[in-house]
Amino acid sequence: MTGRRTVLLLALLALACGRKSSSSTEPTKDAVVALNGAGATFPFPLYSKWMAEYNRLQPNVRINYQSIGSGGGIRQIVAQTVDFGASDAPMRPSEAEGAPGKITHVPTAIGSVVVTYNLEGSSAPLKLTPDALAAIFLGDAKKWNDPRITEHNPGVAFPDEDIAVVYRSDGSGTTAVFTEYLAAVSPAWKEKVGAGKSVKWPVGLGAKGNEGVAGQVKTTPGTIGYIELAYATQTKLPTAAIRNKAGNFVLPSPEAATAAAEGVEMPDTLHASLVDAEGEKAYPIASYTYLLVYEDMKNPEKAQTLARFLWWAIHDGQKYAKQLDYAPLPPKVVSRIEAKLKTLTVGGKPALGGV
Amino acid sequence: MEKYARRKLLDRVVRGACVLATVVALVPLGSVLYYVFVRGIGGIDLAFFTELPKPVGEEGGGMANAIVGTIKLVGLACLMGIPPGVLAGVYLAEFGNSRLGRIVRFSADVMSGVPSITVGLFVYALVVMTTKQFSAWAGGIALAILMLPTVTRSTEELLKLVPESLREAALGLGVPKWRATLRVMLRTAAPGIAVGIMLAVARVAGETAPLLFTAFNNRFWSSSLNEPTASLPVNIYTYAVSPYEDWHDQAWAAALVLLVMVLVLNISARLLVRHRVKAR
Amino acid sequence: MASDSNAHLPLVRSRSRVLTHLGADGNWGDFLFRRTTALFALAIVVLIAAMAIEMTRESEESIARFGLDFVFGRVWDPVRQVFGALPFIFGTVVSSLLALTIAVPISLGIAIYLSELAPGWARTVLGFLVELLAAVPSVVYGLWGIFVLAPWLRETVQPALGATLGFLPLFQGPALGFGMLAGGIVLAIMITPTISSVSREVLRAVPMPLREGALALGATRWEMVRTAVLPYSKSGLVGATILGLGRALGETMAITMVIGNRAEISASLFAPGYTMASVIANEFTEATEEIYLAALAQIGLLLFVITVLLNIVARLLVWRVGRLPQGGRL
Repeated sequence: MTGRRTVLLLALLALACGRKSSSSTEPTKDAVVALNGAGATFPFPLYSKWMAEYNRLQPNVRINYQSIGSGGGIRQIVAQTVDFGASDAPMRPSEAEGAPGKITHVPTAIGSVVVTYNLEGSSAPLKLTPDALAAIFLGDAKKWNDPRITEHNPGVAFPDEDIAVVYRSDGSGTTAVFTEYLAAVSPAWKEKVGAGKSVKWPVGLGAKGNEGVAGQVKTTPGTIGYIELAYATQTKLPTAAIRNKAGNFVLPSPEAATAAAEGVEMPDTLHASLVDAEGEKAYPIASYTYLLVYEDMKNPEKAQTLARFLWWAIHDGQKYAKQLDYAPLPPKVVSRIEAKLKTLTVGGKPALGGV
Repeated sequence: MEKYARRKLLDRVVRGACVLATVVALVPLGSVLYYVFVRGIGGIDLAFFTELPKPVGEEGGGMANAIVGTIKLVGLACLMGIPPGVLAGVYLAEFGNSRLGRIVRFSADVMSGVPSITVGLFVYALVVMTTKQFSAWAGGIALAILMLPTVTRSTEELLKLVPESLREAALGLGVPKWRATLRVMLRTAAPGIAVGIMLAVARVAGETAPLLFTAFNNRFWSSSLNEPTASLPVNIYTYAVSPYEDWHDQAWAAALVLLVMVLVLNISARLLVRHRVKAR
Repeated sequence: MASDSNAHLPLVRSRSRVLTHLGADGNWGDFLFRRTTALFALAIVVLIAAMAIEMTRESEESIARFGLDFVFGRVWDPVRQVFGALPFIFGTVVSSLLALTIAVPISLGIAIYLSELAPGWARTVLGFLVELLAAVPSVVYGLWGIFVLAPWLRETVQPALGATLGFLPLFQGPALGFGMLAGGIVLAIMITPTISSVSREVLRAVPMPLREGALALGATRWEMVRTAVLPYSKSGLVGATILGLGRALGETMAITMVIGNRAEISASLFAPGYTMASVIANEFTEATEEIYLAALAQIGLLLFVITVLLNIVARLLVWRVGRLPQGGRL
């Protein structure tokens, strides 16, 4: 009996090892380069497309990206358990402290944080003012038929039901962007809650990742939450039109995000805030999203592969942005990033070989 | 009502309540099995077992890497958890009446009650932070630690059940003590120990929390054991809390596969126990 | 010397001089055998100690900064770096107590039924099915909880409870499906097999003469159980309950998926909550500052200490009545 079982166990192990090597489709001439990255859920739809496409173009390059939240991306890159991180919120100085080297931000696309909701009987997108938003998320506006909401939405039959707020339970760049916006437009919010990747929400339910919030809003009537535009499109959730600084109610879209980026100058640090941007057509809650890489890396093969991938991402990769509802990078930003990528080194030598 | 009739009625009522309690407890089991089967079976096709996950928004794809990943992680856990566990169990059975023996037994019992997430935390601090890598090894170590107390106590209990007369016969023939224990006692207890191991494996195959910070996850094949590895339980969790319908379907399908694996192990283990008991 | 007495046995190899060092073991084989197995046995002790030490080390910064306030602090604010564990302790305790409230009567009923009242075939089949409840992985319960239990609670149970018992603060608030009630129910399902199987063993350990005596005096089955079996096994049953409680406290995945993940103390069962295990699972990979990490590690340490203590108490109680079923993990 024991003998047979041992044989069975060994056979299973052998099968597992065999599967590992025989079912991979890469040609054996190039060694497989596997990169691991983790971070923001905000750009995950775009990154998952990029990684799959890049793997199709370069079958020996496998870039494994796990969306665990911007906080996670920052923490893991600082701890060096991943090769690159991703975050929508730029790293704070206190966060960069623990890192053994300088980490650079590489903007990859522009996304929009949208306010989504599950409300029966509303077909047209809701119009929400900054005051209404702050009131809802502060818990001051408790029901859907609150005047701050009904005022700008004539013709919509709002039920006398409680609003169930959904927020991010994990450390999130999306939260950072959204709370930054609320702090910018509402002094009450700024004082009571503040801005950051993980804040103490006055009311609501926590869900993990953009995926979790979208999932929660989709399945529970009466909820309202904030997610990245791509998630709303893919799950067919409605998005609210927010009144921007110029006074117009703007729906989130790649064009509106680009309009927001137009007025903002990109500094040398390569990170900039786009919330409450100027511009007639600007969407007020847009944000750059960044990949975080060490300026000086250790492994030559990985460094070169990563640098090449980043170069591809800011050029060829951009064509996938729009179809997934992200705005592509403005051309002047792309040239700034190009210059930065050329300064990435591995052990002193430039990482980006002739591209 | 006459006193005796009242007592009889009470007896009936309580009996009924107990039966009801049993039925109530089994309703969720039925519900889980039903839903996992009904919602999962639709997602089970060849693609599920052979393809890698597709990017968000694209139809299709599968969980081939997660299935293999689970097998790998469980295999590693067995490799690292069974030999030490069995040997520790042998120690407890043979020499366990010492102070050390009592401390070991106590520690094993304590360890079996430690929440699996705490074990994940520990392995993250010890292995992932130092190797600067999420890996299948780290995941395997976490699972091995979870298996260890069960395997140890199981081995100890079963060795103790083997009649002393067998050992005495071997010793009488001049076989050294260590040989007698290994070749005679352990071999006799082996089927029972194997059953205990199967149950431990079934439990560990379904663990998610410790893998979250050790094996992490992977959307591709892991080409070595030093890389993050996909696994069925972690995928079920990730896909379940996502907003995508087809990911939900895949989560149910993965749950079906996992449940079948775990139940097969569990049921075979119990049938073997019955078989052994009958054969004695 | 041992070598002399064994000299006539060809199978026993002996080294005369070294034997004095080997003591009770007659030969190299036994010596190595004992030491090797002892090494692995010791490894278990070392592992547990290492876990305790490592977690204490990781939480040092948090312990130093917050001290006892950590346990009583109601605020968990990563932005302002103020960490208090009370909401999680509350969430863990309430969800576990709710689970016990549901699971203990049911488990006791199952245990009594299967050990005293059921016919032979039912005993095997039903006992087996109840054990199967324990075989289902936690994440599968979570999946079922999200898509089956929570919608059922949201659409059927919570509105009904709110309409009838809504005057109690326990049943107030919006019906979200997710929340403390869902968490408690899922936990109850998961700990029922633990409590019932240990209780069964405890009840079985009651000596036959006690039972027969009661029956001989004309007691009905239930009266026999009530007067002879239960009082005898009381401490064991309490032990079984505590074991179930320990299991509930440490449960992570299923409860994280249905409890709502909100660090708030609320009187209502409909409200979302947060448990110690859930906050670690959700926030550990992303705690960016050292103090944040230390605070989470401290919660892990608290959880570790509580479950260890409960485990010890439970086992002492159960051992008193009868032997535990084999294998460490129940």
